Amino acid sequence: MAYFSELFTGTRSLFIGMGITLREFFNTKVTLQYPHEYVKMTPRFRGHIELVKDAETGLTKCIVCGMCQKACPSGCITVEGEKREGVKGKVLTVYTLDFTKCSLCGMCVESCKPGAIDFSKDFNLASTRRSDFVYDLIKRLEEKN
Amino acid sequence: MITAELIRLLAFLVGVIAFAALNAAYLVWAERKGAAFFQRRTGPKEVGPHGLLQPLADGVKLMTKQLLVPDGVDPVLFKIAPIMLLVPAIMSFVAIPFGETLAARHIDLGLLMIFAFASVNVLGLLIGGWGSANKYAVIASARVVSQNVAYEIPMLLTAIALVMATNTMNLNEIIIQQGGGIWNWNIIRLTWAASPLTPVAFLIFFTCMLAETNRAPFDMAEAESELVAGTFTEYPGMGFGVFFMGEYANIVIGACLVTILFLGGWQSPLPFLPNSVVWFLMKMYAIIFTVIWIRWTFPRTQFYALLNLSWKYLIPISLLNLIVTAGWLKVF
Ligand code: SF4
Ligand code: SF4
Repeated sequence: MAYFSELFTGTRSLFIGMGITLREFFNTKVTLQYPHEYVKMTPRFRGHIELVKDAETGLTKCIVCGMCQKACPSGCITVEGEKREGVKGKVLTVYTLDFTKCSLCGMCVESCKPGAIDFSKDFNLASTRRSDFVYDLIKRLEEKN
Repeated sequence: MITAELIRLLAFLVGVIAFAALNAAYLVWAERKGAAFFQRRTGPKEVGPHGLLQPLADGVKLMTKQLLVPDGVDPVLFKIAPIMLLVPAIMSFVAIPFGETLAARHIDLGLLMIFAFASVNVLGLLIGGWGSANKYAVIASARVVSQNVAYEIPMLLTAIALVMATNTMNLNEIIIQQGGGIWNWNIIRLTWAASPLTPVAFLIFFTCMLAETNRAPFDMAEAESELVAGTFTEYPGMGFGVFFMGEYANIVIGACLVTILFLGGWQSPLPFLPNSVVWFLMKMYAIIFTVIWIRWTFPRTQFYALLNLSWKYLIPISLLNLIVTAGWLKVF
């Protein structure tokens, strides 16, 4: 008896399965044509870090305190600044990020009191050269302006 | 007289090869599109509109690869195997009546001829696996043979039942007998001419066709997840390409057979509609669509389950079908 019930339920389940796939066949497609189309990144996405633009001055908010450099466990941040006539505090001259070492831990962003750095939304990063991942963040900020 | 015959021969040769090659190429495209659609993807899209030039691109890619013959293989067997798969499949097209008068040859034993050629297909796979000098390929070819033996039996048994009912092996004759509307097709034969078990016979035949053409869920010949690529593990470039074309040509033959034996071939479904080759192609491609549909619905069966299905279910039921048909024909 089990022989026939097995035969019957087996065949029936096959047809149910085919019904499900046929429904999907006519369903809307969800493919994103990736190189031509992109997904909208979520706000919490952590790309490599980036200098934040001050909405008022259009310049960096960085006060060259060096906290980020100290906080970074991988040592991938280099910050340098200089004193200038008539300007309060230091002026940022060098901000490089060696993204090859970065573990995206976020310590740098957390340690920055003025909120001068944040994660970018860039994910489409590919290159065959290591040097392409050493970013001059000041230059990137200027390019954005 | 002789020249006319020669021209006819040549025309059919070219036609059959073109039909087989075009089908093989575009079935690969259809397969990929189908796979994508069943998984809510869009499939090939980049090469040409809707990826229609994809087969061309695939072909170019396969041709540009080096034809490598690995060390230690049996060179003759290794080279002859893909051809043994493709040539019989193309030859089988000769016997298939696409329309009332459209057939390369009306062969009285057409059904027998197709089955005879279909069995060469297994030999091709076996030789390919054996000649490859690769353990996995040998295992794969052993599995192919046991699978094909297992499924050839119920397939032939159902075919015999049909031949008993129609009393001929001429494919065109079988189609003519199914004329006069959908209720005369062998699949749901409502007249007294065939046994009431023909829908079951259709299911059996269709399942066996899937297994014989090494289609999922019975694609033990390839089994790329377990055996890399089964019997064709060692085949590079176009060697593999020819295997592949042979497989697809076999699927077309299988679909043609199902269409002819059960779906009335070129007969229209309703008596007042004209019979034409269009019906044949529509039915054939519907079957091929179903084959693709099945492939992307079910996972590959385990080998024991595959043999169980044949020996425990298909063979007894097809034997029963044979007996019932014989009794039915005797009574009515
Ligand atoms: S995310 Fe972490 S590893 Fe990367 S730069 Fe910031 S502190 Fe360094
Ligand atoms: S912690 Fe912030 S303010 Fe301080 S140097 Fe780094 S980026 Fe500039």
